[in-house]
Amino acid sequence: MPFNVAVVGAAGGIGQPLSLLMKNNLMVKDLTLYDVVNTPGVAADLSHICTPSKVQGFLGDDIGSALKGRDIVIIPAGVPRKPGMTRDDLFNTNAGIVAKLAQACAEHCPDACFLIISNPVNSTVPIFAEVLKKAGVYNPKKLFGVTTLDIVRAKTFIAEMKGVEVGEVDVPVVGGHSGATIVPLLSQSGHTFTPEEVKTLTHRIQFGGDEVVQAKAGLGSATLSMAFAGAEFATAVMKGLAGEAGVKACTYIENSNITDAIPTSFFSSVVTLGREGVAEVHPMPTGINAFETDLLKTGIEQLTTNIQKAHEFVEKM
Amino acid sequence: MMSRTARRAFSSTAALNHKVAVLGAAGGIGQPLSLLMKNSTLTTDLTLYDIVNTPGVAADLSHICTPSKVQGFLGDDIGSALKGRDIVIIPAGVPRKPGMTRDDLFNTNAGIVAKLAQACAEHCPDACFLIISNPVNSTVPIFAEVLKKAGVYNPKKLFGVTTLDIVRAKTFIGEMKNEKEVSIPVVGGHSGATIVPLLSQSGHTFTPEEVKTLTHRIQFGGDEVVQAKAGLGSATLSMAYAGAQFAFSLMEAMNGKENVVECTFVESNVESTPYFSSPVLLGKNGVEEIRPVPATNDHEKELMKACITDLEKNIEKGIDFAAKLA
Repeated sequence: MPFNVAVVGAAGGIGQPLSLLMKNNLMVKDLTLYDVVNTPGVAADLSHICTPSKVQGFLGDDIGSALKGRDIVIIPAGVPRKPGMTRDDLFNTNAGIVAKLAQACAEHCPDACFLIISNPVNSTVPIFAEVLKKAGVYNPKKLFGVTTLDIVRAKTFIAEMKGVEVGEVDVPVVGGHSGATIVPLLSQSGHTFTPEEVKTLTHRIQFGGDEVVQAKAGLGSATLSMAFAGAEFATAVMKGLAGEAGVKACTYIENSNITDAIPTSFFSSVVTLGREGVAEVHPMPTGINAFETDLLKTGIEQLTTNIQKAHEFVEKM
Repeated sequence: MMSRTARRAFSSTAALNHKVAVLGAAGGIGQPLSLLMKNSTLTTDLTLYDIVNTPGVAADLSHICTPSKVQGFLGDDIGSALKGRDIVIIPAGVPRKPGMTRDDLFNTNAGIVAKLAQACAEHCPDACFLIISNPVNSTVPIFAEVLKKAGVYNPKKLFGVTTLDIVRAKTFIGEMKNEKEVSIPVVGGHSGATIVPLLSQSGHTFTPEEVKTLTHRIQFGGDEVVQAKAGLGSATLSMAYAGAQFAFSLMEAMNGKENVVECTFVESNVESTPYFSSPVLLGKNGVEEIRPVPATNDHEKELMKACITDLEKNIEKGIDFAAKLA
């Protein structure tokens, strides 16, 4: 406490507001910004803010300088969706970017916590893991796919529907981070819903990203809300690293407890964060209902495909 | 963890509802500024207005799990964005390119600001107006003149946002003196030589060389970022930070928090110019009390002289422009 943070993809639509939120965060002592273009300008801008953290920008081949000594590396790098695209459609472009960044991380900051925002998260996280494994530095407790925006959306949509304070709403969202792989466990929210409400809410949470892609009409996907969510999760990770007790979050990580119900090698669950990264993975709540069990089944089918695609990509590297 | 961008209302007074509008919300400053306003529980309702893209920005922000409702409005629909607002933050306009002064923006931005002032006079005359659009030294007088013509001008509720100069001063002094908490007034105006940092009031001592370097850096901090962005714009993220900090201070003061003092460019009698930035006590009605410029040393007196020479011209340019409007 406080921590050295890197934002990789810092000059982009998510990267800039995310970097602003990290610069404003008193738990950050040193902030490096890396991208293929424009980071010196973004860094100069942020460097004027009167919070304690130092901030520097790095470009192109200089990724080592951006990564050395980092405790936390947040990665929003890559291209966003256009209307009509699924997150999976981004695979071809973003898989290569993420693999390259994983290589640099393995080399320069193997002990850092890696927070992956780049889509499709369901595939980019397994790709990142494989690259780290090949380099002999993989630590499954420190590799996180950031799914926080799904939880943020779930809270907001439930609060709107039920007319309650959003700060009072809590709901786990498990599985993965796209469409049908997003499994909100509304039965665990403490609120009751009609079957119609369950259907509407579930769909809205699963396709909240599409809502924003549509509204932006070709200009991108969620940037500001993703920056918010990314910063929330990064704060949770830092609190855990600092030894704060009871820090929980949903996040997409390696599944160390393969079961028939959850057979995928990566899965998003509720975890407790601690000094080593993931401190404890919480099992699926026992009270989930039949609708949710069905969602899980469908989600897992798709997730299996997404993870398989990642493995095939890595094999060809 | 309470980040500085998520300050809560002062606990001993009931928090008031604050309906905030951001005009120019889809721009380089507008988007991160809107994010910071959406993140704060001081905001209860947020409207975003611009000539393009606000529905997308609003959809994005609307997913964030903070209490405020957020809606986007476009084009002719400015009335819907402004009605019922008590705080209107205006970053609208074009930014500088390398080599430009803030004054070079006058021709484009003066017209934009005048038009927005007209809409504000019509739809939310009792709101507090926070002007970020440059050149602030001229756009604030323009805004005032338009409000006066409409018979709704309240000098206690019109603020030129100079907070970024104070933010920069704190940062640069902090770096030089290895100090985390710096307090320093920056008075005058909001461009180049009209920015007068009162280093003598900071509680630190400086060599003449340090005074020269620091003063120049604070006055031309904006140029530093314009250069570093190499044609892609001016300060956006730090301006969003500063704009939000000023808006939060104002809202907290309106909620009843005491001793909220910020430097801000307002109609003022403290110097010979009709508008001037000095420390201002904020409160329920906006400006509660304008504090005089703190004691200055000889060097600062020289800076003040140079400041006032330029500032007079900038203000007059604004007033003349407004006088020629239909």
